[in-house]
Amino acid sequence: MTSYLIFVLKRFGQFLLVVFLGVTITFFVTHLTPIDPVEESIGAITQMGQSDPNAIELMRQSLRELYGMEGSIWQQYLHFWLRLATGDLGPSLSAFPTPVSTIILRSLPWTIGLMTVSTLITFVLGNAIGALAGYYRKDMVLKAVSLVFIALLPIPYYILAFVLLIVFGYLWPVLPINGGYEMNANLDLSFALVLDILKHSILPAVSLIMVGAGSWLIGMRALVSNIITEDYVVFAELGGVPKRRILRSYIARNAMVPQFTGLAMSLGAIFNGTVITEIVFGYPGIGNLLIEAVHAGDYSLVLGLSALSIVGVAAAVFIIDILSPLIDPRIKVE
Amino acid sequence: MFTILRDLTRHNMEFLGGLVLFAIIVGLIILSYFSPYGPTDIYLLPPDMPPDGDYWLGTTSRGQDVFWQLTTALRNTLYFGIGVAFLSRIISLVVGLVAGYAGGAVDRVLMAINDSVMVIPQFPLLILFYFVLKDSMTWTALIVIMAALGWSYDARLIRSVAISLKTRPFTTQSVYSGMSMRKILIQEHLPYVLPIVFATTMNNMIWSIGMEITLSVLGFTDIETPTMGMMIYWANAHSALIAGIWWWVAAPVAVIVVLFLALFLLSMSMNEYNDPRSRLNRMGG
Repeated sequence: MTSYLIFVLKRFGQFLLVVFLGVTITFFVTHLTPIDPVEESIGAITQMGQSDPNAIELMRQSLRELYGMEGSIWQQYLHFWLRLATGDLGPSLSAFPTPVSTIILRSLPWTIGLMTVSTLITFVLGNAIGALAGYYRKDMVLKAVSLVFIALLPIPYYILAFVLLIVFGYLWPVLPINGGYEMNANLDLSFALVLDILKHSILPAVSLIMVGAGSWLIGMRALVSNIITEDYVVFAELGGVPKRRILRSYIARNAMVPQFTGLAMSLGAIFNGTVITEIVFGYPGIGNLLIEAVHAGDYSLVLGLSALSIVGVAAAVFIIDILSPLIDPRIKVE
Repeated sequence: MFTILRDLTRHNMEFLGGLVLFAIIVGLIILSYFSPYGPTDIYLLPPDMPPDGDYWLGTTSRGQDVFWQLTTALRNTLYFGIGVAFLSRIISLVVGLVAGYAGGAVDRVLMAINDSVMVIPQFPLLILFYFVLKDSMTWTALIVIMAALGWSYDARLIRSVAISLKTRPFTTQSVYSGMSMRKILIQEHLPYVLPIVFATTMNNMIWSIGMEITLSVLGFTDIETPTMGMMIYWANAHSALIAGIWWWVAAPVAVIVVLFLALFLLSMSMNEYNDPRSRLNRMGG
């Protein structure tokens, strides 16, 4: 048990390091540029007609305070950490004075819902087909299905999503291709709303699954074909253990372990995938929010989203990492 | 080197297929140097012409010849991928070899940084860089940023080989004969990891070109240089598909698929070649 504790502490140190590096990069990238966010927003405000110099000076002062632009860059850096720790990311520039955290919290459930469900389906589907294809090597149907998924692998996500849009948006318009729910939907919780949300998530989810399943499939198939040659599997076959049982309890179980570690890695890629998916399908999650913030020049929202995605990914990887020894006793915790 | 190529082409259909597809890409790139039009010239030709004898793949709404535009865009995209792959290979080789050979505290520090880079979400960071650099975001800058993000996975792979090389007798012998660490790594260990480096180069190019296309399609790169992503960006900006100018989108999409298939087949067959068990399997040995 103590060795597990040391393992968890080590991983926690790694988690802290990732967050530290990520947030530091984010901070310095945004603060060492010639663009001054306060002057930019002052410019935007004066363009709207406000011209009293005293009022503008007052506004400049309060904005500087709000964005933590006071003092040297190191003081600002420290200040940024303190605010981050309390979850206060400052006010949004484009939707002043709504706090950045409120805006992000509005979009976050969409992203988490879509990404978790499609990542899990991808994981289960890819591994199931991979295990079957690795065990029943001669089966033509499995071969064909594997080939389709593997052929999809090298195609850039954007291209595939584009094809789906053309097919289901123009050629055979059965599914909604844009948004997370119907435009004029009544947002009270109801069966119709849930159905509507599900319908809107089909295309983005399917595109993610189509792209992602192939790599799980290849990995699992390779693992399984290595395991079939192990003595205990050969022994079980000679002893007449039913094939299904061999596959389920002798092979798949052992092959799953490295795949679970891979799951942690793929969670790290969630925030990469989500931005593109959400833009292509107009899904109302944080990816879309990020792009809107970039176009609106919303400094604090971009900064907040980047920091959040780093902390979120690091935390997800940390949790999966410390869970994996509990799933499999063979993982050495050193 | 040539034995490896001969073995691969003789026993591995995927490698041969990848090579043929890659030859098509290289052919198109060579053609780009003979393009009769400047890469950024617009409104030179009648716009929206469907493919015919004069304009093999039609023309765009901006009055460009799709075929010649495509060859130039392909060249820029491939150079971009090669640039990122080359720079990030250097980082991953240095980190992987040093961490594997030095071990101890050096290894722990390098791997802690390595693992952190591995999980940091790249796409938001790339957008962040675009956001703050805006007009000064050049292709060179993007290559450097992508290279700084894309080395970690391969560094781990190289490290794992370097660790096993360290325990081999020839390494001990080199140490006793007074070779410096730098010399051992470059002269003794590097040749052993080069096959892995070649396979990961293809994967790295798939990754970086995919990112380039995505960033460009969204308009988050330098929009004046024609690349594969930029072609789609301009086609989107002119609503080419809705206007029925399908050749403007279909041509780059088809070439992108060929390029990725080529890289994927090459990387897959090299990976398999690096694994002695599956290599023997294939040769029937």
